Amino acid sequence: MKVDRRSFLGLGIGAVAGIAISPVGAKLTDDFSIWTQNWPWTPVPPDGEVSYDRTVCHLCPGTCGISVRKIDDRPVKIEGLDSYPVNNGGVCLHGIAGLQYLYDPSRVKSPLKKINNRFVPISWDEALTLVGDRLGELRNDQNPEALACITGSDQGSVPGLFNHFMAAFGSPNYLTMPDLESWLVRTAKTLHGDAYTLGFDIDHSDFILSFGAGLIDGWGSPVACIQAMGNRRQRQATLVQIEPRLSNTAAGASQWIPINPGTEADLAMGMCAVLLKENRFDPVFAQGFKGGFMRFTAMVQKEYPLDKVAGVTGISAADIQKTAVAFAKAKMPVALPGKGRGEGAQNLKEFAAVHTLNCLSGNVNKQGGTFVKPLPKYLNFPDPVQDAVALKGAAAAPLAGSVQELVTRIDKSGESPVKALLVYNANPCFALNDPFRILAAFEKIPFKVCVTSFMDETAMASDVILPVSTFLERMEDVPSKAGLAATVVGLSKPMVKPVFNTRSPGDVVIGMARALGGDMAKSFAWDSYDACLEQVTARIWGPLVRKGHVVLSENPPAGSVETDFEFLAENPVTVKPAGDLEFTLIPIDYFRVPPTVPAPSPFAIKTVSDRILRGTDMFVEINPQSAKNLKDGGFATLTTPAGSVPVRVHFNDGIMPGVIGMVKGLGHTLDNRYVSGKGVNINALISPKIEPNSGMDAAFGIKAGISKA
Amino acid sequence: MSEIENKTEHGSMDGATAGTAGDPKNDTGLGLGVIFFIVAFLICFLSGWLLFPKLLYSKHEQPFNFDHVLHVEETGDCESCHYLREDGTFSGIPKTESCLDCHTDEPMGDTKDEAIFAAEYVAKEQEVSWYVYARQPDCVFFSHAAHINAAGMDCKSCHGPIEETRTSRPYEENRLTGYSRDIWGKNIWGIKKNPWDRMKMNDCAVCHEKETGHKGYCFQCHK
Ligand code: SF4
Repeated sequence: MKVDRRSFLGLGIGAVAGIAISPVGAKLTDDFSIWTQNWPWTPVPPDGEVSYDRTVCHLCPGTCGISVRKIDDRPVKIEGLDSYPVNNGGVCLHGIAGLQYLYDPSRVKSPLKKINNRFVPISWDEALTLVGDRLGELRNDQNPEALACITGSDQGSVPGLFNHFMAAFGSPNYLTMPDLESWLVRTAKTLHGDAYTLGFDIDHSDFILSFGAGLIDGWGSPVACIQAMGNRRQRQATLVQIEPRLSNTAAGASQWIPINPGTEADLAMGMCAVLLKENRFDPVFAQGFKGGFMRFTAMVQKEYPLDKVAGVTGISAADIQKTAVAFAKAKMPVALPGKGRGEGAQNLKEFAAVHTLNCLSGNVNKQGGTFVKPLPKYLNFPDPVQDAVALKGAAAAPLAGSVQELVTRIDKSGESPVKALLVYNANPCFALNDPFRILAAFEKIPFKVCVTSFMDETAMASDVILPVSTFLERMEDVPSKAGLAATVVGLSKPMVKPVFNTRSPGDVVIGMARALGGDMAKSFAWDSYDACLEQVTARIWGPLVRKGHVVLSENPPAGSVETDFEFLAENPVTVKPAGDLEFTLIPIDYFRVPPTVPAPSPFAIKTVSDRILRGTDMFVEINPQSAKNLKDGGFATLTTPAGSVPVRVHFNDGIMPGVIGMVKGLGHTLDNRYVSGKGVNINALISPKIEPNSGMDAAFGIKAGISKA
Repeated sequence: MSEIENKTEHGSMDGATAGTAGDPKNDTGLGLGVIFFIVAFLICFLSGWLLFPKLLYSKHEQPFNFDHVLHVEETGDCESCHYLREDGTFSGIPKTESCLDCHTDEPMGDTKDEAIFAAEYVAKEQEVSWYVYARQPDCVFFSHAAHINAAGMDCKSCHGPIEETRTSRPYEENRLTGYSRDIWGKNIWGIKKNPWDRMKMNDCAVCHEKETGHKGYCFQCHK
């Protein structure tokens, strides 16, 4: 027998036939189709029991009630909480993307210590001992005031604990970032005295005179404002929006009045002059006018005549007159200060002048008007135990009234007067004007501790990072703020166990105090932050836990308020954009890009228009009339006295000629590839300019030049 | 004549002679071919039937044995452990927490399985990573509520007499798809005697057609 070609053919055909009538073909075809429909590498979320839990979002000053949908213990979706008094079921894009922050690539996963410019993970015990030892040295040296602390806001029990810490430690140098609430408190203090803040009943007002307040661009409590704007037309309320650029808010307003950037204060003063001249102010409310009212009246008539104001602001005298009179004639007018989101570099003169319009209208502490509210007093901290060192240190004069002023102090001294710095929930090295100057000042501070959830620019410049749980992983009281008419305290609760080795910021402060020992530890005798919260909110704790929130005030505050005109009667100077270049560069507050803490989520960055950011290219807006040889979409170089950056140009008829607009909040360099390296940080192009009376940075814009690249 | 033609001619001639049936000299070539054919056929055919299923599925033992008979005796019915939640979703396999309604971290019986459960799962507050025989591919949406409440079916109609099992059989996982063998069925041809022997799409369709007069639409199950 010979094995030949045919034998092999037989073999092959036999094999094929055998396979063909075995189940292999049918089975593999089926499996293959299942495989392709359910790629094994595609993550499949585990199934489980669906439940909803309520908490409060504090990603921004909005403080919206949210409902978190969970599958077993895993939060999978965030929705607005119906009937929460702030947002009434609404939620914004940052709120719905809140879950991304749990797993954000820039999250700090354990305590870190910087060694040779690199961060090394350490244990909590080691971290707290290290901080305790280093801070303890200041107290041993009888120099506790050399500790400074910066927090994002001073509302609520966690900032309260930092404040308590500073008092027990013995330092008056506790500063907050300039958010809208801090500007409102400062304004109320200037005109009405200590411990007040302002709320605006936009929901009921029939005439809203907005001096650039981005009512649908992130001003105040964003969802609440967007809802108020939604029902404004039904109420037939007028919105007059005054700003140099046709923002989303201006586009939806009854009237947009373009104004030369930075002259809002002059306009408000000019309008005051009109109302006073025509005797269109409320005589009843005016009974509470004291200190300098007559001088103020004389001053505005003299310094802010219509023609002059028209010249400065670029608005016709007739329009100013007409708008001022319409405001005064309205039944429930309200004037809103705070350009864009109302935070960052603003100026007290403008806030005070705009609020003076409210006072003249007399629509104060009335429905649809401005509420001059006492600051919420639901927190009762026990007095700190202060030893002799603390008493002496706490009595020292504060080094500065604002973070920028503090930076200037450090800048100007050979050796930094600040020897140690605590930063919580703030990113000054990104969010304030001229971040490089701030970084340089940080360099001079020997020991910086950053209490943060994310490895942001400020964390990167620190020596020790104490990582805190995000808002979905911790308990905290969340008082409403930022110009809301009602005062609501919400209770934010942990929706999920901490994903990483993080702690609640309150526990971090208590831990630092314990590490310092002695009288410091005595001031922080709580077992945990949760126990502290229960004690300091004792007055409202029961309903807070039961209902998830407590409405502290809703209706117009009762009783009269006095108004002091001393500050404005002196006619404080208007801070002008620095430099003498042809254009004025102004920051645009764009709702999709939060400019402070936390940085935008990957989801939010994806929603940014490609006329703002394309790839990593940053666009600036310019009116085609002043574009000269620039091309729409073309590359250009933008120069200011502070620096120069490559940009691309976007022609926008809705921005005043001579003005360049750039979105604020981009250009991060933090450790997050979805957010970093995209665009330019406008703050790096603006040098701070301190307003003499407030000590605050008031450089909202800066002079700039732009040329084809 | 070109080289190719040359070869072709010879080739065809070769073929003509070699392929002629009945040529006694070449008979063995064909015979061997047939034998080779039969052998290859049988090997492949039998492998397809016997070896292929063994290769296609990997076997996993459950973390420990579970005695349904005992549990049904104690609790009375399936619903004590596998129930519909208020919102109509199906609870599936109970979580350790539900087991704690009766169990503690002290073993109740004296089997080794009970000891494993108490020590490894109850004491350590861990979930048991059971292999689920009936889990459908992720692209399938199935509502237990619609079948139990609306159609009045009992568990057994689809799952078989699970309450009569004393031991947990090994779970067989399809190496390609990652899904349970129970979907296609134990029989590699997919032949079934009982409704619960196989649960492919067509099995749903057949029953739907019988019960409702219509096979159903794609989107009812594939969402
Ligand atoms: S507006 Fe602010 S508080 Fe409200 S959902 Fe959005 S991010 Fe959260």
